[in-house]
Amino acid sequence: MGEPANRPKRKNPVLRTRLPTLPPVSRSRVALGLTAAAARGRLELQVCLDCGAVQYPPREVCRACLSHRLIWRPQDGRGELIAETTLRNAQELFFRERLPWRIGDVRLDAGVNVIAYVHEKVGAAPCRVRIEAALDRAGQAVLVAVPDRGRTDMADDPKLREMTCDPRGRKILVTDGKSALGQAIVRALSAAGADLIWIGEAEPWKKAPGFEALRALPQAVIVPLDVTDGRSVHQLAGEIGGKVDIVVNTGDCHRTFSITSRRGVETAQLEMEVNYFGLLRLAQAFALALKARAADGAANAIAWVNVLSIFALANYPPHGTYSASKAATLSLSQALRAELRPAGVRVINLFPGPIDDDWDQLELPPKLSPDAVAEAVVEALNGSMEDVYPGDVAQDWLARHLENPKALEREVGGKAP
Amino acid sequence: MPARGYDDVVLAAPVTVPYVRYSIRGAHWFLGRALAALLAAAKIPKTRVDGLAVASFTLAPDTAVGLTQHLGLTLRWLDDVRMGGASGIASIRRAARAVQSGDAEIVACFAGDTNHTDSFRRNAASFSQFSQDAVYPYGSGGPNGSFALLTAYYMRAHGAKPEDFGKLCVAQRNNALKNPLALFKKPLTLDEYLNARLVADPLRLFDCVMPCAGAEGFLVMRRQVAETLGLPFVRLLAAIERHNGFADDPIQDRGGWALDRDALYEQAGVGPQDLDFIEAYDDYPVINVLQFEGLGFCGQGEGAAFIRANTFEVAGTFPLNTSGGQLSVGQAGAAGGHLGIVEAIRQLTGQTLGARVPNARHGLVSGFGMINYDRGVCCGAAILAAA
Repeated sequence: MGEPANRPKRKNPVLRTRLPTLPPVSRSRVALGLTAAAARGRLELQVCLDCGAVQYPPREVCRACLSHRLIWRPQDGRGELIAETTLRNAQELFFRERLPWRIGDVRLDAGVNVIAYVHEKVGAAPCRVRIEAALDRAGQAVLVAVPDRGRTDMADDPKLREMTCDPRGRKILVTDGKSALGQAIVRALSAAGADLIWIGEAEPWKKAPGFEALRALPQAVIVPLDVTDGRSVHQLAGEIGGKVDIVVNTGDCHRTFSITSRRGVETAQLEMEVNYFGLLRLAQAFALALKARAADGAANAIAWVNVLSIFALANYPPHGTYSASKAATLSLSQALRAELRPAGVRVINLFPGPIDDDWDQLELPPKLSPDAVAEAVVEALNGSMEDVYPGDVAQDWLARHLENPKALEREVGGKAP
Repeated sequence: MPARGYDDVVLAAPVTVPYVRYSIRGAHWFLGRALAALLAAAKIPKTRVDGLAVASFTLAPDTAVGLTQHLGLTLRWLDDVRMGGASGIASIRRAARAVQSGDAEIVACFAGDTNHTDSFRRNAASFSQFSQDAVYPYGSGGPNGSFALLTAYYMRAHGAKPEDFGKLCVAQRNNALKNPLALFKKPLTLDEYLNARLVADPLRLFDCVMPCAGAEGFLVMRRQVAETLGLPFVRLLAAIERHNGFADDPIQDRGGWALDRDALYEQAGVGPQDLDFIEAYDDYPVINVLQFEGLGFCGQGEGAAFIRANTFEVAGTFPLNTSGGQLSVGQAGAAGGHLGIVEAIRQLTGQTLGARVPNARHGLVSGFGMINYDRGVCCGAAILAAA
C-alpha cells in the first residue's frame, strides 16, 4: 500500500465514456444476511442453534436437523480449494467486459461448499485457502478465496481490485480541511497514493491550526467550499465535479448540549446545516457526475465517504441535538447509497466513537485520535465494506446495538445530562 | 421390498419438433406442435389423450395447467415435471404408474422450450434460489462454470484426459451426421475438438451443449391399447430415479445412479452386458462418464480406461447417443431429457431417422438434471425392450 499506482493515461475526450454495468444484484431475503456481515467486513454464515451445523448457501431451515433456528455467526472461512476454473465466456455484461474470471469450489472445514472468486495469489487446486466476504460493485456480498496464510489485499488482484475503492491514483475531494479530522484524512490519503486531493476551505478569514501545512503536500489543492452555502457547493461542483473520483464528506458541526441545557434552536440548526443539509447539498451537486463517471477507465468515480458518529445509532442525551443531526445524516446517506448503487459507486459510512477533541472533552477514554479515524477511512477504501465502526467505543456500541437496540437506547440514555 | 414391475406398460409414437437455434415463438408453440405430432403419429383424436406429463423451463407464467387450457385438452391426469434433464425418466415413471393403475389410458409425455436471444441468460439468472444467491453472482452464467469445476476435479482425481472426452464428442458427432434433425451437420475431428477455444477451463467449445428451441414427445399406454391402435411400441422393463444422492460427497464425481442400479437391472431382468445401446444425458461429456460408472458399465473412477477400450459410434463396441445426443443435436431446454428416450423408441421400433443399431433388443436411457447449486440433483434411468 502507499505506492502510487501508474497514473492512468489522459482520457481521449472524443471517445465515449463507458457506462457502468453491474454484477447480478438479485438475492433472496435470507441471503442478505451475508451482505449485512460483509458490509462490516466480516464473514458470517448461518449456524443451527439446535445441532450446530453450518449452512451454505443461505437457507430457511437447517440442512441437517430441519430446525428453523438459524443465526448468523462469524466464521474463520478455512477450507480447501477442491476445483477451479477460469471463465472465458459470460452472458452478463459486467463479466463479459472483464473476462477471464477465476472461480473455484471450496470445501470449508465447517462441512459446506462455497463457490468463490479465487485471488490470483492462490495456488492451483487443490490447496488450503481462507474465504473472505466482500461487497461487489453491486453492493452485494460475494465470497473470495485468498491464500491460507498471511494478509492478502484484494487490490493486489487486478480483477478483485474493482471490489475495493483503492485511493491510489484517484482524485479525491475532502470537504473540510480546517478540522483536525479533515486534515488527518488529507494526510492519510496523500500517503495512500491519491493522485490529487481537493481540500475544502470554508470561512477563509479564520485561521485554523495545521491548515497551512497541508499546502506542502504534493497532491493538495485548496478550494473554497462552504457546505452551508448552496451556491458555494454548486460553484465548486461546476469546476471539479466531472473529475472527482471519491468524495470524503468530513463536514462535522458538533455542539455539546442536551435539550434542556440551552434555549432556542439556532445551534441545533447549525448542526443540521452542516451535517444534514451539508450532505444533501454535496449530494445534489456531485452525485450525478459521480454516477456518469462510474465506469470511466481505471481511475473511475468509485466512492462517497461520510464521517458520521456512533451517536447516530442511538441518541446520546449529553450530545442530544448532535446525535439527532447524525441520525438524520445517516438516514440521508442511505438514500444516497441507494441512488449511487445502480452505478456501482459505493457509499461508505464511518461511525467513529468519541474523538479526542474539544467537543468530546468530557467523554471518558478510550477516545480516537483524528489519525486513527483517517486510517480507518483509508482501510475502508482499500477494503470492501460500507459500514465502518472505528475504535473501541464504536465497537462496543455496535455490539450492543446488534444484540438489542432498545437496550442500547436505555443504557446510553441512562447517562442523563 | 423391491418396487413392483411395470407389467405391460409400453412407450410409442416418438416425435420431435425440429430444433432451431433461436425462435420468436413461445414455449406453447413448441409444446403444441409436439402434441399435434403425437396425435398424428398415433392417428388418434385429441380426446383420446387423458393424461399429460409436461416439462419446460420457458412456459412461465404458465404451468401444465395453463398449457392444458391453451391446448384445449380435457384430462383426468396431469403432471408438471420440473426436473430438467431427469424430467423424461420421471415422466415415464409417473405415466407408467398412471396407466398401470387405470388413472389414465393414454398419457402424452412431452417437453420443449423456446429459445429467444436472451433466454439462456434469463433462465440462468433465476434457475434456483441457491444458484441465484451463491453461483450466478460469480459470473459463470449458467452450467458452463459448474461443469467446468466438476470436469476439472474428475480429471485430476481419476486421470481423465481431454482426448478421452473428445473421443465421446467426436463419436456423437459421427452419429449426428446421419440424423437429419441434428443442428450440427459438419464432421468434428479430435484435433478440432482439442484446438477449439476454451470456454471455462478445462471445458472447450465442443464440450458445451448448445441451447436451442424444440420439443420431444412420446405416448405411454398399456400394450393392448397400442396394439389396438396398431402402433409400434417398446416395453418398459424397469426405471429408477434418485434425488440428492451422495449429498455428503465434497464434490460430485458420482451421480445417484449407483444407489439404484442393482434394483434397475433386477427389475429389468437384464444386465449391463445385455444392452445394445445407451442414450446417456450428455450436456457435458463428463456426465456421460459418470453414467458409465454409476450404471455399472465400468467401476468408479475407471471412466477414462473404459473410453479408451471402446468405440461409441452406432456401429461401435458401445453405441452411445445414437442420434448424436444433445452435444450434436442441440439442447432444446427440458427436451434434453426426452431426446434419448425418443431416440431409444425409434431404435427399438425400427423408426430411426439416422443410423440404426443392428438387431437392437434392449436399450438404456438415462437422465440427469438440475444443477441447483454445485451439483446435479436429479438422476434417473430406464431400460426399454423391443416388442
